[in-house]
Amino acid sequence: MVGLHQSDVKNPVLRWIDTRLPVITMLQKEYGVFPTPKNFNYFWAFGGLSMVCLMIMIATGIFLAMAYTPNTTMAFDSVERIMRDVNYGWLLRYGHENGASMFFIVVYVHMFRGLYYGSYKYPRELLWMLGVTIFLVMMATGFLGYVLPWGQMSFWAATVITNLFSAIPVVGETIVQWMWGGFSVDNPTLNRFFSLHYLLPFVLFGLVFLHVAALHVTGSNNPLGIEPKGPQDTLPFHPYYTVKDSVAICVFFLVFAFLVFFAPNYLGHADNYIPANPLSTPPHIVPDWYFLPFYAILRAVPSKLGGVSLMFASILILYLLPWLDTCKVRSAKFRPIYRVFFWVLVIACITLGVVGSQQPEGIWVPLGQVATAYYFFHFLVLLPVLGKLEPTLPLPESISQPVLGGGPLPAGAAAKPMEKA
Amino acid sequence: MADTMSSTAHASPHAPGPDVTKRDFLQLVAGASAAIGAGAIVWPMVDSMNPSKDVLALAELEVDLAPVAVGGGIIVSWRGQPVFVRHRTEAEIKAAEEAPLGEMRDPAPDSERVKEGHSQWLIVSAICTHLGCIPLGIKPSDPRGEFGGWFCPCHGSQYDTAARIRKGPAPRNLPLVPYAFLSDTKIKIG
Amino acid sequence: MRIRPRNLLGAGLIGAALLAASLFAAPARAAEEIELPSVSWSFSGLFGSFDRAAAQRGFQIYNEVCSNCHSLKEAYYRDLIGIGLSPQQVKDVAASKRVPTTDDNGQPAERPALPSDHFRSPFPNEKAARAANNGGLPPDQSVIVKAREGGPDYVYAILTGYVDPPPGFKLMSGLNYNKYFPGHQIAMPQPLRDGTVTYIDGTSNVLDQEARDVVTFLTYIANPELEERHRMGIKVMLFLLLLTGLSYAVKRKLWANVHH
Repeated sequence: MVGLHQSDVKNPVLRWIDTRLPVITMLQKEYGVFPTPKNFNYFWAFGGLSMVCLMIMIATGIFLAMAYTPNTTMAFDSVERIMRDVNYGWLLRYGHENGASMFFIVVYVHMFRGLYYGSYKYPRELLWMLGVTIFLVMMATGFLGYVLPWGQMSFWAATVITNLFSAIPVVGETIVQWMWGGFSVDNPTLNRFFSLHYLLPFVLFGLVFLHVAALHVTGSNNPLGIEPKGPQDTLPFHPYYTVKDSVAICVFFLVFAFLVFFAPNYLGHADNYIPANPLSTPPHIVPDWYFLPFYAILRAVPSKLGGVSLMFASILILYLLPWLDTCKVRSAKFRPIYRVFFWVLVIACITLGVVGSQQPEGIWVPLGQVATAYYFFHFLVLLPVLGKLEPTLPLPESISQPVLGGGPLPAGAAAKPMEKA
Repeated sequence: MADTMSSTAHASPHAPGPDVTKRDFLQLVAGASAAIGAGAIVWPMVDSMNPSKDVLALAELEVDLAPVAVGGGIIVSWRGQPVFVRHRTEAEIKAAEEAPLGEMRDPAPDSERVKEGHSQWLIVSAICTHLGCIPLGIKPSDPRGEFGGWFCPCHGSQYDTAARIRKGPAPRNLPLVPYAFLSDTKIKIG
Repeated sequence: MRIRPRNLLGAGLIGAALLAASLFAAPARAAEEIELPSVSWSFSGLFGSFDRAAAQRGFQIYNEVCSNCHSLKEAYYRDLIGIGLSPQQVKDVAASKRVPTTDDNGQPAERPALPSDHFRSPFPNEKAARAANNGGLPPDQSVIVKAREGGPDYVYAILTGYVDPPPGFKLMSGLNYNKYFPGHQIAMPQPLRDGTVTYIDGTSNVLDQEARDVVTFLTYIANPELEERHRMGIKVMLFLLLLTGLSYAVKRKLWANVHH
């Protein structure tokens, strides 16, 4: 048949569609039979969970947008109307607000999984970089969304963060006024933030599509960090991982539901229930918890340009990770020294988060500086050096092999070089 | 979709037998529960588009009839629409009751357009059934057309004292609105 | 996959670290850490609900005392149904207030309020409010319980925290000493004392009771959906626990023969 796809689909209606646009064949291939390493642990569920989060945020967001008014005189009141008058409006609002927190929790675990198991290494460098881009767009979306309720924190976070761009030499002030649409954060700013906040999640959707497409070219990494050798090392994605991911999704919803129904404002800020007042600065301007580590890095150095540069650098550095880490062994399972420093990094990031929530005074200042210094040291110095020097543990022959028997390679055999695809 | 997938993706290393039916049952229950869960997530989103509490609070309007003088009337806003509340004179009631139904484009006896025992009150939508203007005639000083009711200035439709269309391009009588008497001097529209 | 103790330990450690961090991460108060009295409320906890009688007494206090300076503009008179008033009572309460409108000549006028109206504000705008209050702006009370760290405990503490300043404390003119207000100098003069209102239902009108009642009312106004949210939450969590168990059982059965 001329140009039509050769479809194996039995159902005649679906076959008609599939021959003209092979979506069903594609789904069967990518999510049905797709050979997936059989040794995933639950940390591999967090990518799928991220997708669930994105869908929750888009769904709740669309319905919220039906009732929200992006005008400074009405925004706060429109959110209160959603909470009080719109049927299940409180559920949509708390779901969206806590969904953002869940999204960042899930994505942070997903990223740290990548760091631990070397998922960013050859051949998955582009996959990793797409992921960093997704993270950046997520941060932008979250920032824009937080401004919309037009509470005190909304307004002052917008003011502080947009003012950062004035640190750019020469063109900084012009750029900031362009962003504001005026001479301070005001109605034009709010209006355009709403437009962009509605737009970016769909950009995210496209990036996620590319991210998954890139993953399907290389196949997934796994806890051992060695490539599958054959069908004995893999399982079809359906039903094994569709079912396993459902367990993860249920646990995810348990945590999410607890927050939404019983502690909906625990992760938020009381100050954001005060309507925005440009003439009154709150005593402590802090972003929501997921931005706190970056806020701490921003305030780690006294210079404004220095702080801004360090903050952006802390994320941009992640793009270089595949080349900064010189070790040929992927998974930290076989890197006993790197493993220790991985946990130090985790502690440093949590420390940065706590520092970000505090006033920049007393012990918090040096603590923030030490943690920031470690963060950059970890990526810029430790990874390149350790990669060359670390005596890694011997790798197993294959994924099935440690389970089916036959011990590790005889002593004296060097750690296997990273397999080429 | 799941059916087509599992029929072509037979790599699961399990043997058929009693295990299969137990697993199938578990799968059925789990799948059904997941479907219930999905429905529970979708319903609040759909329901959020239904009229909200503040809209519903304005769905009914109580109108005090005491200030409306005989021969006059007022326009009230109900669910965003204008509504005529007219206090008819004896002559207007008589003319409405005696008007010949055969001459009407949209025949309706006067008794069907008022409430029993309260025939001096005529409460109808103020939206002309031609193209939506508000006809003149609620105030005694307004032009009321040949039939003593209303005259629509936009295209000349004329309604009688029971707000029935008698002349002009409008196809139907001014629509009735649901209302009830709470007392002789108070109605609730909606 | 067997849940290896190591993985679970790791996950548990991270969880514990994050929880500890979240306790730290409560916003630092300016310099001094003021500890709030802990009060037990009928609406606390998973199964909490609003004590209707207390909320009604609290509304009486808002109506007689607070509404002279504080607006409640996000709430409607019809919200009073939620604290147990009958529709007729709500109509009567609303009708006793006058809200702005325009007359037939387009001039500003007033009309009796309806249940569908927002609560009437004591002042037409911010400037008028400040002018009547020495330059201070009495904050709107609709979400005050959510807008302050400590929530209901904080509002209760403020209302009961008016004491004489300690010796040597420099109190600025026009301000009042309050034990729990950050900085201890609050513009609002003490609004409630023993016997400020006389309760319709005869409950003892000591300050502690009045404060509890008005906080119960304000917490309802800030969270009118609380009881429905808790009810739904319990059903949802139970359903999810069931679903988690079921899906895990399916998973175990499916993966039973996979060597991994």
